[in-house]
Amino acid sequence: MQFIKSIRQYGIFLAFLLICCFLTYANSQFLTLSNWTIIITQVSINALLAFGVTFVIITGGIDLSLGSVVAVAGVVAALLASQSDLPLLIPVLGGLLSGLFFGLINGFIITKSKIAPFIVTLGIMTMGRGLALILSKGRPISNLSDSFNFIGGGDILGIPLPIIILLIVFVISYLLLKKTVFGRYIYAIGGNEQAAWASGINVSKIKIAVYALCGTLAGLAGILLTSRITTGQPNAGAGFELDAIAAAIIGGTSTSGGKGTITGTLIGALLIGVINNGLDLLNVSSYYQQVIMGAFIIGAVLLDSWNQRSSKA
Amino acid sequence: MLQVSNISKSFSGIKVLDEISIDFKKGEVHALMGENGAGKSTLMKILVGLLKPDDGEILLGNENIVGVSVQDILAKGIAMIHQEILMVPELTVAQNIFLGKEAHSFSWLNESEIKAKSKKILADLKVDFTPDTLLKNLSIANRQMVEIAKAISNTAKVIIMDEPTSALTDSEVDTLFDIIKKLKNEGITIIYISHKMDEIFKISDTITVLRDGKLITTNSALDLNKNTLIKLMVGREISEVYPMSETLNGKTLLAVKNLSKNHVFSDINFEVKAGEVLGLAGLVGARRSEIVRVIAGLDRSDSGEIEIDGMVARLRSPEDAIKLGVGFVSEDRKALGFIPQMSIKENISLSTLKTFSKLGFVDNNAESNNVQIFFEDLNVKATGLSQNVINLSGGNQQKVVIAKVLMSNPKIIILDEPTRGIDVGAKFEIYKLINKLKANGLAVILISSELPEILGLSDRILVLSKGKQKTILSKAEASQEKIMQYAVH
Repeated sequence: MQFIKSIRQYGIFLAFLLICCFLTYANSQFLTLSNWTIIITQVSINALLAFGVTFVIITGGIDLSLGSVVAVAGVVAALLASQSDLPLLIPVLGGLLSGLFFGLINGFIITKSKIAPFIVTLGIMTMGRGLALILSKGRPISNLSDSFNFIGGGDILGIPLPIIILLIVFVISYLLLKKTVFGRYIYAIGGNEQAAWASGINVSKIKIAVYALCGTLAGLAGILLTSRITTGQPNAGAGFELDAIAAAIIGGTSTSGGKGTITGTLIGALLIGVINNGLDLLNVSSYYQQVIMGAFIIGAVLLDSWNQRSSKA
Repeated sequence: MLQVSNISKSFSGIKVLDEISIDFKKGEVHALMGENGAGKSTLMKILVGLLKPDDGEILLGNENIVGVSVQDILAKGIAMIHQEILMVPELTVAQNIFLGKEAHSFSWLNESEIKAKSKKILADLKVDFTPDTLLKNLSIANRQMVEIAKAISNTAKVIIMDEPTSALTDSEVDTLFDIIKKLKNEGITIIYISHKMDEIFKISDTITVLRDGKLITTNSALDLNKNTLIKLMVGREISEVYPMSETLNGKTLLAVKNLSKNHVFSDINFEVKAGEVLGLAGLVGARRSEIVRVIAGLDRSDSGEIEIDGMVARLRSPEDAIKLGVGFVSEDRKALGFIPQMSIKENISLSTLKTFSKLGFVDNNAESNNVQIFFEDLNVKATGLSQNVINLSGGNQQKVVIAKVLMSNPKIIILDEPTRGIDVGAKFEIYKLINKLKANGLAVILISSELPEILGLSDRILVLSKGKQKTILSKAEASQEKIMQYAVH
């Protein structure tokens, strides 16, 4: 009984391990250091966005503007990084602040107007895309400084910088959600917003902070992407928000709020990365990859609802 | 009519129903009594097909209905009126009554037909709203009437009523009882669950008592009285129902001056002293909850002042009120009381979490130790602090909510219907707690629709009618009749 219960609880983790075992068996390339370095580097941008959106989804909200924010932050960072005389800090700050700015706008409109987060962030998504095109005049921005390109392409002691950034953000997000008062409030708001408010929690403040955090992480993802492709692309990041939401959901975050973990989201993001990588190694067309990914999203939610039903009985 | 024989049910190894056999006869009002956790709800869920028993059979007429689906049981004639109202606020009354069984013609809803049918049922119920009213615009009491209308529309043979009067006014209760008598004469069996003793003896023919999942007795109501019944339910005697401690005449902790909210209430004036219980009495629509919601920072007033401990208070949110020492236990436990996904511990510490944190990080030990004190103090019955609140009985959920409020160390505590829907044992514990809070020098505001409760526990009673303050009665001059005189005006 206990065993079955734990299988359900760690279902996604077990699915992840099983897939890894299968791919190791099916292709000798899979379980190599170089392949895993590629997987994690590729996953890093989606994971950063997924961590941010996990916070948002736990409060019962959603953020559809992430992809556009990635583009705006990337364009802003690229514009600053193409001025060769500016120190590295400036484009990095520029990207992060752009993300923060959009996050704050999302948070303010959502908490002050009571319009559904879906609608607000959909609007900001469209505005953000437009702004990225305006700022870049619709053209890619290249000739970025070497120091800036180092962020997405460089490594420290052989470890690619995106992996290091991913690890740091993972630890911080994990601690924030699991160990702090802020994290507890996030769960409380997602569980029962009215009761959280009546218990003396400043719900608006926490929600604005959550959207701001999510936006800032999108800014960081934008910097990472721009640096990796060494160009500021106003059209970059389209659809990224959906991959991030998928990672969070596969990782067990409940779209009705109040439930989810950063570790789960990390596994969700890795699972998506491993499946894409594995199917590439097995020469499966990317069209099929999408079909399989969709099945995983629904499967994960099914597993979750199965869990909830059995824990209630 | 409905025969339950040897029904057993266990949840994860714990027997919640142990070989229960009850014979519900045609055309009788059969009361089912027992404390929360006695197994009443589980038994009812089995009757309507929401749960499957491990053992035993249920005969409706001559047909065993164990394993039959919820919809089919409903079609066979067992309907239930739920304690927590399960309806769609955005639909009209008529649409709610016929929800799930709309009159189809090629799946187009025949609105006029359901409206006409609803109108007839509502007329029988003597209610004063039309089938076109949106459910969300009705009071809780009227929504309950819609639930009853829904059950009647099912042409039920057996109607289960779970605490149907908990939100009704006295006159509405009388209407309900008339309806019950009428249904009974038509040969319909009513299974009636309530914690209100007076009601039980007023309407039931037969009483069955459950305790800890076992059948204690099934008896004619004529052979029982209030005391023997309580004894059977709790397995012990409760000597004094309302313990009353002495009134301390402390300083004024709360003063409400000319408090008004447009179209809701006006010119409310009262004071509550340390060590005093002020009862707020009135019928549904008297705006008792609306007034205390302003004091607790949930709503804003349009004019008037609230002084807390001698200082004019600006209450813009519950956060402000809690900081100034106002604790509030809402009448709506589910909506405003607790976070269902969270543990007992996380719920109890919710208002005070910042005091158990360093640099924003929760100090788990400090949190657990402090929560443990209140958990034990309030005698919450649970497997431990990490149990989820959603799995507790109503009484224990209420204790968790009260523990949370007490942990923020309030000077003034507002208890809005603190005993609604909880069992006799837990009720008595809450009565004792109110006295303890009073003895500790808190100012207590108590709202209850049960007049004996208000009379038994309050030092003074403020009577409201339709948002107007009618009088404040001292304990000595107050009586049920006197309160009602003021309340109906």
